[in-house]
Amino acid sequence: MQIKPILSALRRHKAGTFLIAMQIALTLAIVCNALFIIHQRVAHLSEPTGIDEANIFIVKNEWVGAPDSARVDAMMRADLQTLRQVPGVQDATPSNSYPLRGSGWDDGVKLKPDQLQDSSGSTIYFADEHFIDTLGLKLIAGRNFRADEIGHMDMRYKLAPPVVIITRALADKLFPGGQAVGKTIYLIGGPATVVGVVDLLQAQSVERWASDFAYRSVIIPERLTLSLGSFYIVRARPGQLDAAMRAAGKALFAQNPRRVIADDDGLLSFSEVRSRAYESDRGMAILMGVISIVLLAVTAAGIVGLTSFWVGQRRRQIGVRRALGATRQDILHYFMTENLLISCAGVLVGTVLAIAMNLWMVTRFEMHRLSLSYLVTGVVILLLLGQGAVLAPALRASRVPPVEATRSV
Amino acid sequence: MFAYYLQLGLRSLRKNPLLTLLMVLAIGCGVAASMTTYSVFRATSNNPIPDKSSQLYVPQIDNWGPDASKDNKGEPPNAMTYTDAINLMRDKRAKRQTALYPAAISIVPTDPSMLPFRETSYAWYADAFAMFDIPFLYGHAWTADEDESHAAVAVIGKALNDKLFNGANSVGKNVSINGRDYRIVGVADKWNPEPVFYDVINTNGFDDPIEVFIPFTRAVELQTNTNGNNNCSHDPGKGWDSWIRSECVWLGFWAELPTTSEADAYRAYLNGYAAEQQRAGRFRWAPNTRLRNVTEWLDYQKVVPQEAKVSLMVSLGFLLICLVNTVGLLLAKFMRRSSEIGVRRALGAPRKEIYLQFLIEAAAVGLAGGVVGLLLTGLGVMGVSLVFEPDVARLAKLDVSLVLLTMLVAVLTTVLAAFYPTWRAAQVQPAWQLKSN
Repeated sequence: MQIKPILSALRRHKAGTFLIAMQIALTLAIVCNALFIIHQRVAHLSEPTGIDEANIFIVKNEWVGAPDSARVDAMMRADLQTLRQVPGVQDATPSNSYPLRGSGWDDGVKLKPDQLQDSSGSTIYFADEHFIDTLGLKLIAGRNFRADEIGHMDMRYKLAPPVVIITRALADKLFPGGQAVGKTIYLIGGPATVVGVVDLLQAQSVERWASDFAYRSVIIPERLTLSLGSFYIVRARPGQLDAAMRAAGKALFAQNPRRVIADDDGLLSFSEVRSRAYESDRGMAILMGVISIVLLAVTAAGIVGLTSFWVGQRRRQIGVRRALGATRQDILHYFMTENLLISCAGVLVGTVLAIAMNLWMVTRFEMHRLSLSYLVTGVVILLLLGQGAVLAPALRASRVPPVEATRSV
Repeated sequence: MFAYYLQLGLRSLRKNPLLTLLMVLAIGCGVAASMTTYSVFRATSNNPIPDKSSQLYVPQIDNWGPDASKDNKGEPPNAMTYTDAINLMRDKRAKRQTALYPAAISIVPTDPSMLPFRETSYAWYADAFAMFDIPFLYGHAWTADEDESHAAVAVIGKALNDKLFNGANSVGKNVSINGRDYRIVGVADKWNPEPVFYDVINTNGFDDPIEVFIPFTRAVELQTNTNGNNNCSHDPGKGWDSWIRSECVWLGFWAELPTTSEADAYRAYLNGYAAEQQRAGRFRWAPNTRLRNVTEWLDYQKVVPQEAKVSLMVSLGFLLICLVNTVGLLLAKFMRRSSEIGVRRALGAPRKEIYLQFLIEAAAVGLAGGVVGLLLTGLGVMGVSLVFEPDVARLAKLDVSLVLLTMLVAVLTTVLAAFYPTWRAAQVQPAWQLKSN
C-alpha cells in the first residue's frame, strides 16, 4: 500500500481529517481517564471486611434522655441478654462502630510513652468477649478476652484498657517479624498489653484519609456507654437473617421502650451497610462506564458519517482507479489505511492530552497517576474502533463499479 | 425568510434521516450528560445565604500548635474549644456571634402511644436566629437574657410543630427534651440552607433541617453531649468538666461582621486574643488564626463533592467531543449540497443569505438535540441517586432554569459548531458547481 497518495489526498480534506483526528484524541483522553477512575473505584469494592457479612446485621440503638454511664451499661447488658435469646440469633456484641461505617473513633498507637510521632494510626473498636465470635473473626495468636476483663467506660473517660486484641496488619506494622502477644502498646490514655491477634478486620472508613491504617484495628475490652447510644452487632444463624432482624427490633422494644431505633437506619443488614458505604464508588464507576460507551459510540458514528461523505465525494476517482486496474481489495485498503493514519495522529495527540488531563486531576483531586497499561488499552480500543467504523463505508467504496469513471462529465 | 429557511432546513434534515439522527443523538447525549452533572454541581456549590455570605465569618484559633497543624498545611483546627468559644462570646466583638454544636437529645412525646424520637437539634445562642435570617411562623427567638439565665426555652421547626401540635401555634406550650420540659418561645418556618453552611464539619454540608434549637448555655449546664465530632490532641482526662476545660475541639463558631473594616478589626482582635493566651502560657507558639466568610469556608472545607467536580469535567469533555462530531457531520451534510448552494448563489443570493439559511438549519438540529437532551437530562436527574449519596442526590432537580439552560446550551453550541461548515458552504463557487452538472 502506498502511503504517499493517501497523504496528498488528505491534504485536500484538511478540515475533515483534523476533525476526526481531534475527536479520536479527545475520546482517548477521556476514555483513558474514565477507565482509570473506574478501576480505582472498583478496586475498593472488592476489599474484604474480614467479618461474616452474610449473617450480620447492625442495630443502631439510641437512648432517650441522658442516663449516666452505669445506668447505660446496665441497659446495654440487658439488651445483649435479650438479643442473644432472640430466635435465629447466634450471638451479639456491643460496639461503638463497625467496618464500612465511615466514621468513628480513630487513635494513634505508640510503642513508647514519650514517643512524639504515632507509630501507626488505628481504628478503635469497643467490644465484649463475644466480639470475635459474633463477627466471625479468626484468632491467629493469643487468646480472646475473658468475661471478667470486660469493663465499661464513658466517652469522657481515659482510653487505657489493661489488655487489647489487635489485628494482624497492626501487629505486622508495630512488631515486624516478631511476636505481638505479650507486648505493650500505648493508646492515647496509657499502656495496654496485647493478649491476642485476629487475622483480618477492616477499619471503619474506606476513605482515602483512612487508607494508611485500612486494616489496623485495636479491639478494646469495654462497653462504650454513650448516653446517646451505640451499636449492637448481631450475627444471625445461617439463612435466618431477615427473621432475626425483625424479631430483634421487637424484642428490644419489649424489653425497654425508652429508646430510639430509627426507621431508616436503625436496623441494617450488612449487605445494606456495604452498599451504602460504596454507593459513590459504584455510582462513579457506572457513570464513567456509561460515558465511555456513549463516547465511543459517538466517535464511531462520526467516523462513519465523515468517511461516507468522502466516499460519496470520490466516487468518480474510485471509478477511475478501478478502471485503471485497481482491485476491490486495493480500494478497501486505501480507506482502511487512510483511517489508520488519521487515527494514529489522533492517538498520538490523545496520549499527550490524556496524560495532561490526568496530571491536572492529580493536582486538583485525590487521584493517582495514570498507569501506562490504561493508555495502551485506550490506544488499542480506539484504533480498533476506527478500523471497525470505517469498514462499512470502505466496503461500499470498494463496490463502486469502474463504469463510474465515465459518468457525469 | 426565517420561516422559509426553517422549512428548507427541516426538509434537508428529513432527506438524510440517519445523519440527522446521529447529530441529534450526539448533541442530546452531550447536553444531557453535562446538564445532569451540572445540576448536582449547582446544588452543591450553591450559595446557601446569598445576602450575608460575605458578612458571616468563622474564626479559627490554633490551640494545638505547629506540631499538630503541620499535618494540615499550618491551618488551625476546624473547630473550637469550649474555653475559646466562651471567651469570644464574652468579649462580644462582633455585631452578633454564636457558638454552636449539634446536641445529642431526644424528644419524648406527651402522648404515651408515641415512641420517643430524635430530630436534628442544635444548641446555640439567641443571636444565631437573626444572624442566619431564620424566619418565624409563630413567636420569636429567645432573648440574650434567657441565654444568661440558662433558661429552659426552645424554638422548634415547622415539621416538628406539625408532628407534635398538628401545626397549631404552640408558643407557650412545653416540649419534653431529654426528659425535661422546655417552654416553646417560637416556631421557625421552613429554613433549610443548602449546603448547611452553619455546621459543615459535622454534616459534610448536607443534612436534614434543624427541628430543635435550645440555648447553648443550658445544654452545657445539663452536660448534653455533642452529636458531632470531638477531636483531642491529648487525653482530656476524666469527666465532663475536665473535657470542656481541655484542648479538645468540638464547637462551631460564627460571627457577623457587616463591613470589611469590622472584619479586619475582628482579625486583629483574634490575633490579640491568641497573643494574650500565649502570654498567659496556654499557647507556646505565635498567634495563628483565620477568619473566613461563608464562601471561603465552604470552599476551604471542600463541600462540593469530588465526584461532582470530576463528573462535571468529564461531561463537559464529552460535550466537546459531541460538538467536534457535529462539526464533522454538518460539514459533510452542507458540502453534499454544494450544487444547491451554487444554484442559489448563481440566482443572486448573497453569502449572507447562505449563512442565514445554514445557521437556521443548524439551530433546528440544536433544537431537536435540546429536546432529546431534555428527556435524557430528566432521566439523568432521576438516576443521580445511583452516583451520589442520597443527601446530595435529592438536591439535583430539573427546574425551569435547568430546562431553559439545557435548550440554550443545545442550540447555542450547535450553532457555534455550525460556523465553520457554514463558512465553507458560503465559499462555494457558483460557476464550479454549475459547470460540473
